[in-house]
Amino acid sequence: MRYSGFKVIKEALMGHKGWTPAWRDPEPQPHYDIVIIGGGGHGLATAYYLAKEFKQKRIAVLEKGWIGGGNVGRNTTIIRSNYLLDGNEPFYEFSLKLWEGLEQDFNYNAMISQRGILNLIHTDAQRDAFTRRGNAMILNGADAEMLTTAQIKKRYPFLNTEDSRFPIKGGLAQHRGGTVRHDAVAWGYARGADSRGVDIIQNCEVTGFKIENGKCLGVETSRGFIGATKVGCAVAGSSSRLMSKANMRLPMESHVLQAFVSEGLKPVMPGVVTFGAGHFYCSQSDKGGLVFGGDIDGYNSYAQRGNLPVVEDVCEGGMAIFPAFGRARMLRMWGGIMDMSMDGSPIIDRTHIDGLYFNGGWCYGGFKATPASGFCFAHLLTHDAPHPTAKAYRFNRFEKGLVIDEKGMGNQPNLH
Amino acid sequence: MSQVNRLNGGQVNADQPLKFKFDGKSFTGQQGDTLASALLANGVRLMGRSFKYHRPRGVLTAGSEEPNALVELRTGARQEPNTRATTIELFDGLTAKSQNRLGPLQFDLLAINDRFSNFLTAGFYYKTFMWPAAFWEKIYEPIIRHAAGLGSLSLQEDPDVYDKGFLHCDLLVIGAGPAGLAAALTAGRSGAQVILADEDFRMGGRLNSETFVLGDQSGADWADSVIAELASLSNVRVMPRTTIIGAFDHGIYGAVERISDHKIVPDAGKPRQILWRIYTKRTVLAAGAIERPIAFENNDRPGIMLASAIRTYANRFAVAADQRIAIFTNNDDGHRTAQDLHAKGIKISAVVDVRPDAPRSMDYEVLNGEVVDTKGRLGLTFAEVRLADGTMRALECGALGVSGGWNPNVHMTCHQRGRPTWNDALAAFVPGGVLPPGMTVAGAANGDMSTAGALKGGAAAASSVLKDLGLTAKTIKLPQTEDTPVAIKPFWYVEGCSRAWLDQQNDVTVKDVKLSHQEGFRSVEHLKRYTTLGMATDQGKTSNMGGLAIMAELAGKTIPEVGTTIFRPPYTPTSIGVLAGRHRGQEFHPKRLTPSHKWAQEQGAVFVEVGNWLRAQWFPRAGETTWRESVDREVLATRKSVGVCDVTTLGKVDVQGADAAAFLNKIYCNAFAKLEVGKTRYGLMLREDGIAKDDGTAARLAEDHFVVTTTTANALPVYRHMEFVRQCLFPDMDVQLISTTEAWAQYAIAGPNSRALLQKIVDPDTEISNEAFPFMGCANITVCGGLRARLFRISFSGELAYEIAVPTAYGDALIRKIMEVGTEFDVTPYGTEALGVMRIEKGHAAGNELNGTTTAQNLGMGRMVSKTKDSIGSKLSEREGLNAAGDLRQVGIKPVNPADAVPAGAHLMNADGPVDAAHDQGYVTSACFSPNLGHAIALGFLKNGDTRLGEVMRIVSPLNDYATTVEIVSAHFIDPQGERLRA
Amino acid sequence: MIINHPLLGPRDSAEFTYLGDAKLIDRPDAASENAAQEFYEYAYLRDNPAGWHKELWFHEAGDRSWLVVTRNTLTHEISKVELARDVARSRGRSK
Repeated sequence: MRYSGFKVIKEALMGHKGWTPAWRDPEPQPHYDIVIIGGGGHGLATAYYLAKEFKQKRIAVLEKGWIGGGNVGRNTTIIRSNYLLDGNEPFYEFSLKLWEGLEQDFNYNAMISQRGILNLIHTDAQRDAFTRRGNAMILNGADAEMLTTAQIKKRYPFLNTEDSRFPIKGGLAQHRGGTVRHDAVAWGYARGADSRGVDIIQNCEVTGFKIENGKCLGVETSRGFIGATKVGCAVAGSSSRLMSKANMRLPMESHVLQAFVSEGLKPVMPGVVTFGAGHFYCSQSDKGGLVFGGDIDGYNSYAQRGNLPVVEDVCEGGMAIFPAFGRARMLRMWGGIMDMSMDGSPIIDRTHIDGLYFNGGWCYGGFKATPASGFCFAHLLTHDAPHPTAKAYRFNRFEKGLVIDEKGMGNQPNLH
Repeated sequence: MSQVNRLNGGQVNADQPLKFKFDGKSFTGQQGDTLASALLANGVRLMGRSFKYHRPRGVLTAGSEEPNALVELRTGARQEPNTRATTIELFDGLTAKSQNRLGPLQFDLLAINDRFSNFLTAGFYYKTFMWPAAFWEKIYEPIIRHAAGLGSLSLQEDPDVYDKGFLHCDLLVIGAGPAGLAAALTAGRSGAQVILADEDFRMGGRLNSETFVLGDQSGADWADSVIAELASLSNVRVMPRTTIIGAFDHGIYGAVERISDHKIVPDAGKPRQILWRIYTKRTVLAAGAIERPIAFENNDRPGIMLASAIRTYANRFAVAADQRIAIFTNNDDGHRTAQDLHAKGIKISAVVDVRPDAPRSMDYEVLNGEVVDTKGRLGLTFAEVRLADGTMRALECGALGVSGGWNPNVHMTCHQRGRPTWNDALAAFVPGGVLPPGMTVAGAANGDMSTAGALKGGAAAASSVLKDLGLTAKTIKLPQTEDTPVAIKPFWYVEGCSRAWLDQQNDVTVKDVKLSHQEGFRSVEHLKRYTTLGMATDQGKTSNMGGLAIMAELAGKTIPEVGTTIFRPPYTPTSIGVLAGRHRGQEFHPKRLTPSHKWAQEQGAVFVEVGNWLRAQWFPRAGETTWRESVDREVLATRKSVGVCDVTTLGKVDVQGADAAAFLNKIYCNAFAKLEVGKTRYGLMLREDGIAKDDGTAARLAEDHFVVTTTTANALPVYRHMEFVRQCLFPDMDVQLISTTEAWAQYAIAGPNSRALLQKIVDPDTEISNEAFPFMGCANITVCGGLRARLFRISFSGELAYEIAVPTAYGDALIRKIMEVGTEFDVTPYGTEALGVMRIEKGHAAGNELNGTTTAQNLGMGRMVSKTKDSIGSKLSEREGLNAAGDLRQVGIKPVNPADAVPAGAHLMNADGPVDAAHDQGYVTSACFSPNLGHAIALGFLKNGDTRLGEVMRIVSPLNDYATTVEIVSAHFIDPQGERLRA
Repeated sequence: MIINHPLLGPRDSAEFTYLGDAKLIDRPDAASENAAQEFYEYAYLRDNPAGWHKELWFHEAGDRSWLVVTRNTLTHEISKVELARDVARSRGRSK
């Protein structure tokens, strides 16, 4: 079924009888060519591009709960490609370009809104670093603009530039960055994949891998054994748990990242503002909620919830730059499990086990990566070779000393 | 028309009239009213508009679960959007206005949406607005954004202050209804440290809203007497107007106390609100229950309320929701409302009960049937009833009380991911699974719905907690009171209804839930996210159960099989201001001031933030119009004669013990074991991954005593790392560490006359000639007649230079002394800018070069990494990726045309060829204007840089539309042989 | 969270700085034949368990002890807190 304004009007006039499920609820088949573990954004995108771009057949996505229930359903919806390093920037720029055509591509309005993202600058050293980054972005074909405080003030007149503990000396803007309705990304990919024959199987938990002679033959699940020629894992914060079933230890820790939304408010925030020095970033959803967050809590956790010190820290950062937000109310706080890698960058690679492939280590940057991650993982699963924009995302980069460390924090995941 | 619906009695004070304004119109209420009760007393039913369809909305509840009656409270900078009229404690001079409307509340132009509701069903926006692609951001989205949202922020700075505090107790009791009061009284009399918190300004919970007696007292009077006793106990803290927002790990609860929200402005010196972190050993959750509505066609009109809310308005606030009221119920509790209203002389149109065996009444009509529709554009006028026999009946009424049963308030029991369990007798979820550790639930929150049950449950919960804590529980005598069992027939929605509201704020109807099911959004989380059910400001407190029940029916499952969405903090929306407290403006982060700060201020220094430190950036002099003039002068004067700079902010760590040298050998990649006493050595510290972590110096003051310095930014992380190495890796090394950054004031004295100046400060027995105290010397000395000091002959500027440290308390005196004795040399204070210029001129790496991704090789210090010992990072620094051919090397950069700038952050490109990432050769890390050379200079990293000196390249900074030609040179622009240092 | 410091009693976790898995105590021997591989695994690979986890916390705003905290990553429950130095010694570390 194709969605359109015309279809909406037609159905409204016909009593909405014609709407059908956005995806089927199939029984698992005994064998697939490709099984993707994880019905989150990345897993669903992988299945979508496998079917659509790489013309693969007999694909299943296995999800232990409900699709879109992981980080794609609990993030702060920001997309951007403002990366510094050559290992990252082409990949994220590829992702941003996929975002730009995504809605028409998968026929679902994910409310992709390029309202711009701004990183505030407070010191000369920060300006130097952001200049280098902005130049790297432009040299990689992305957009970047250095804004003056006056230019920023024009867009955010309520920004505290007068009484700021850390003076605002400008900001690096990426106008093509923005926000997306996060749940709709999962649903759009799911619907697009399903309509191309992908079996999306919810409530199907993978309990083990069947590995013989160094080759993965399929997965044991809560709904029985499912054979597969290739198995791709895309389970983000659960990566270590899943891959331990294949006796793998990963360069990764799972951490909780909290996020927050305010009550609905009439529009105040035109774009995304990031106050790195104060651990705070914020945008406003189409519904009117201020969507904001900050740092991870900083300790290993699978609890999907955090604690007050970080809540307060984030709000302090918010009040430092937007003192008018004091009378807005936080409506809800929640937490997701971040697959914090050892250098802050992801892995899209084959494992040492034949037929077993891995996608993870997204830290808290996974949402914006969703389209490219899916595309590149599909490329890897199809061709057994990395996509050109993802060729640095290898397992062996740690052993070889080829880390992609944007923040320069070294092998300590909670600092990335 | 003044308070037409006001009754007698209640817990309001008719002798204390309060004037207030709503939408510009003046009204009078009474002390003890909420804004909602005062408006109802004045006959105002229409208070707002819904989110999507802009349907007229009145008050639904009498508590914090209110989804409808949201207003913008106050004006100007104190304007608070989305404030629930049901929780606003009325004060004299209150002003509020309705929100989310275009035009007057009665004639909201956006109500047109309601006409198109058939097109605006659940998730319609995911299916359209995609063509043409450019229209989403330019046309559709701006329209949607402006129609969406609820109230507005003033966008003025919040003028109020917020405080934070910490409280500790044995027992936290959440909720001061019958269960909470019984628990607090039991624990309080037994001597436990108790905190009793309730979100309401009047404690007592449902006891204030009911008419039944406790012993020989009214419920409200009994509550008053208990609260008075609790308040008199020194071990009990009674906290009204305090919402527990969340149950966090290990017995930590967040609480927001509203100190001033019931005042027109906070009293002088008082905060608006306080965020308390309560550390408690045990918790009794006595948060009561929340009544739920029933879905039927057009069940959202102003005047349609929860039956219990109508009862609260009548009994507590002495307000009749209308003069003619009907009830629609599936349980006995709905009948209570009718009885109470009847007793107050209010006309009961009828009680409509879905149960054939409903209780009868002599006083009013009880109908077996269902309300199937209602009438009244801006407020209810009629309820259409379908009787059990199929006949229709129109009930004239201005208010309709609906009771679908009660949901125990399990919210806080689920904050640590516990899930509630289903109770058939109550047709509701009750606390279950794993509760937050230390929490016990009592009263209606635990499914004990009678008052007697709540009292008993509260007392028992407290007794068990006391026993747990090893305290002897004193039994309290509980008064006799009602103990009616729950009689309910589960009934969620009227058959055949379609536009029957579940979530009244977000306009989610039964029809939307059906569509959600039809389209495959069947998981409870998909239902929520697709329809937005329960995502409004009340977080589904009154709406979720109905949606779950309908989804269960459609899916052929039981309600517990469908399950609930996750309850998340905060319990009710919490102002961002209180979560931030006083950490805003200049108080956002603490300021660290250097020992010379006061003196530097007197000199008119310009300061710069360096982490939390404020450092003098430069010292402008009269006549200087640009910062560059000042900085150039400071640099030239230092290199010509002598300059002084406060370098206290550099981290300092004292390392002492027999194994001190062995320890330094571990933390630095270069060797330290053989460093002589009285000598200082540059040290490069690697992370375990082989990347440069920090650099500094280590001075050996004695065989077993070193002083290590770190960069300003890394003072804390390096100290932490050193303690890790000491405690976790080499626990038996005889070595002790202490951070002395704040203990010593330290000044750099640099320039050819630095020794001559210093000679005037050091005590006569200290010999500082070049021979006696050569480059890299260090010593404990005395200055100014006996003051202990540490002297290091180290140089960041490249000049003959010293750093001298004295106990911090003498830092101010020392800078003044240096300036005094230095007059004859024209000693010049210099700030961080001049410091930066001189270190770039000298080619010293700093933060911009030690950026966490650079190796010793990158920095040109590859040979420093000792191969003969194991130090942190030495092994992994050998990895191929860190030693690749074509690696970056630090170089100097100067413009071919001396007038050109070389901006930091620019990238290096070959002189010819394409300009893109694939041809990137490196980047500029630090840049400045060198007053000594008369042109810009820079440091940078260049591929194979060490072999490319003399090469002409381009630097490009497309971000600033800038490009120019540069020459790669040695990073040592000044005195490359180091002669000045050793002079 | 509250960490029951073996010397100081219960302290708010906000006083501490977190490092990670306490296996970081087991720094390999650089002289080992297989040192390159061992250091790679030591520095980069983690068990990252969902459940009980021994981990290192530094009492930065306190007495500067490194602690080994046994904490459940699913529930955040803490069952044991030890001085890292004692743990290190018990694991054979010395000088």
